Amino acid sequence: MAAVFQGLGAATAFSVSNSLDSRKFLVSSRKSLSARKASFPVVRSDGSVVPRSNARVRRAEQLITNAVATKPDSSAASTTSKPGHELLLFEALREGLEEEMDRDPHVCVMGEDVGHYGGSYKVTKGLADKYGDLRVLDTPIAENSFTGMGIGAAMTGLRPIIEGMNMGFLLLAFNQISNNCGMLHYTSGGQFKIPVVIRGPGGVGRQLGAEHSQRLESYFQSIPGIQMVACSTPYNAKGLMKAAIRSENPVILFEHVLLYNLKERIPDEEYICSLEEAEMVRPGEHVTILTYSRMRYHVMQAAKTLVNKGYDPEVIDIRSLKPFDLYTIGNSVKKTHRVLIVEECMRTGGIGASLTAAITENFHDYLDAPIVCLSSQDVPTPYAGTLEEWTVVQPAQIVTAVEKLCQ
Amino acid sequence: MATMRRMEIAADSLYKAKLIRGFCHLYDGQEAVAIGMEAAITKKDSIITAYRDHCTFLARGGTLLEVFSELMGRQGGCSKGKGGSMHFYKKESGFYGGHGIVGAQVPLGVGLAFAQKYSKDGTVAFALYGDGAANQGQLFEALNIAALWDLPAILVCENNHYGMGTAEWRAAKSPAYYKRGDYVPGLKVDGMDVLAVKQACKFAKEHALKNGPLILEMDTYRYHGHSMSDPGSTYRTRDEISGVRQERDPVERVRKLLLSHDLATEKELKDMEKEIRKEVDVAIAQAKESPMPEPYELFTNVYVKGLGVEAFGPDRKEVRALLP
Repeated sequence: MAAVFQGLGAATAFSVSNSLDSRKFLVSSRKSLSARKASFPVVRSDGSVVPRSNARVRRAEQLITNAVATKPDSSAASTTSKPGHELLLFEALREGLEEEMDRDPHVCVMGEDVGHYGGSYKVTKGLADKYGDLRVLDTPIAENSFTGMGIGAAMTGLRPIIEGMNMGFLLLAFNQISNNCGMLHYTSGGQFKIPVVIRGPGGVGRQLGAEHSQRLESYFQSIPGIQMVACSTPYNAKGLMKAAIRSENPVILFEHVLLYNLKERIPDEEYICSLEEAEMVRPGEHVTILTYSRMRYHVMQAAKTLVNKGYDPEVIDIRSLKPFDLYTIGNSVKKTHRVLIVEECMRTGGIGASLTAAITENFHDYLDAPIVCLSSQDVPTPYAGTLEEWTVVQPAQIVTAVEKLCQ
Repeated sequence: MATMRRMEIAADSLYKAKLIRGFCHLYDGQEAVAIGMEAAITKKDSIITAYRDHCTFLARGGTLLEVFSELMGRQGGCSKGKGGSMHFYKKESGFYGGHGIVGAQVPLGVGLAFAQKYSKDGTVAFALYGDGAANQGQLFEALNIAALWDLPAILVCENNHYGMGTAEWRAAKSPAYYKRGDYVPGLKVDGMDVLAVKQACKFAKEHALKNGPLILEMDTYRYHGHSMSDPGSTYRTRDEISGVRQERDPVERVRKLLLSHDLATEKELKDMEKEIRKEVDVAIAQAKESPMPEPYELFTNVYVKGLGVEAFGPDRKEVRALLP
């Protein structure tokens, strides 16, 4: 599908042993249980390619030579002291969106206040002026029907991006997302594909109240036929947005309300992140910490404390919520033998619960300790600031959990 | 129409013989709507309907073999046996299905119209729904959206007067479904008269391309119950059913017209019906012989481009598939 790249700010060097492991893992019989969980990376960041089809390999090689700005030859060409440009996460999303809309006239956006208003989080600002009202469509407040409308349009060949102003509102469109979006490709025997992208901010914000702080990834994860990804940095936000738009499958892109103003330097060149790959944030030896979206930052904060205390955590941002990248996760488990999952979903039935089950089923023999999953409490998110802090996992709790796990 | 009638009756007996399982919603009595609509439009226009879709599929160019194969869950079915009675689709002829959830197809239909407006190809989308679905909120949401942007969507209410077991006057405060558009004009059409339906659909297409959405209410009737598990007689009298069959039956009406205008003789019509009966029987026999889907088909078509992995069922032995 698309090549994966290390973000400039995001990762340190990949060890070469990973690519050797990849070949071993391909041959091993320890495959995951169902199609939706395992994935094959196409390109390892150190340049070695696992060929799946000639066309893809060629394209991947082309993209490699252009993208990674840390290579010495490309940095000489740029005029600024550091290559790439700095922007905020919502601007990165907008850039990805704009590039895809330029590239393919079938791509259109629909949602509440995405046009003239510019989007409630400014992700679509300026796009309506550039592309017109029909391509950046302001819908009335009718999630069920405009999601259905997007899916109907996708059946004919358009590629709509449906924005939910807040992920919680998409619960109203659950029927359309589950029955029509996820299942139409299957029930029509492959006749129709639904290349939609459903995106929107979710997660616990700053005292937004119970109904506006929902984590819908747990509700959507069982729907067959869809892919779910969660972005966490401007780099992967733009990459995942572009990959999601180009994907032929319906993709739900989960953004987080509190991450929109993150600033990062991203490459000038065009790049795409793989929809099924996890991101290695910090390689380590003692414990694998799996996380996604905003909790990544809580984990990195805890990691600082942990490093000072002498621990060496390996932090992986799983990014792909459905299917799980059990390949990267598995390699990590085989290395460290201890797993901590830090997520923002509810304790019951959340992404962490599924991930715990998946890892236990597949990598049970490699675990030295039971998997610990830190998640939000099974309560509606309260308004009061102190209570809200208590429902979400905090860095101090992560540190305590790691210490206990590594005893 | 006669083919459709035969097909539905044959499906009835197949269901009772347990070759068709699950839900089977039969369309006999309402054939005029499907045929009349098809006569007025091209294959580039889109039709989307709910679960009572066997005849609409046939009208859009599906074959009897595809219908029976799909109903019996065979490989040769239009959805490879994975859709079933409620999920018939034919992309090449603009038939978008085949939807189980009541009313959910109307926003999809408006989406089809949106895509048609976006690509400016001068075609329209017909979104069919029943009198039961007419009370769904998403319908009014979709209507608002279609009217707001002048989308070429035509919402057709196939009013067979019963939403499963509930008569229309017990479910709707205002059973005049064509008037419910408020700002969208509506037409009431005799849905048992195929020529009236054709005229109405022709007019609707011209109107939608110029002025935006339109509501058509087709006054029709179904002889069978809501589905095969519904006898159809607990909420209406047998006299009512036979009354409609005698006075308003669409196939009879066309037959009378043909005979009275000397366009065909009695014998020709009888021969035609015999032909049709044979066709249907041949299709059923062929479908009965056709193979069931392979076990690996369980995992195909979940994603468009799969994840290149091997998938297997719970026992990890029997059902194995290598996905694209």
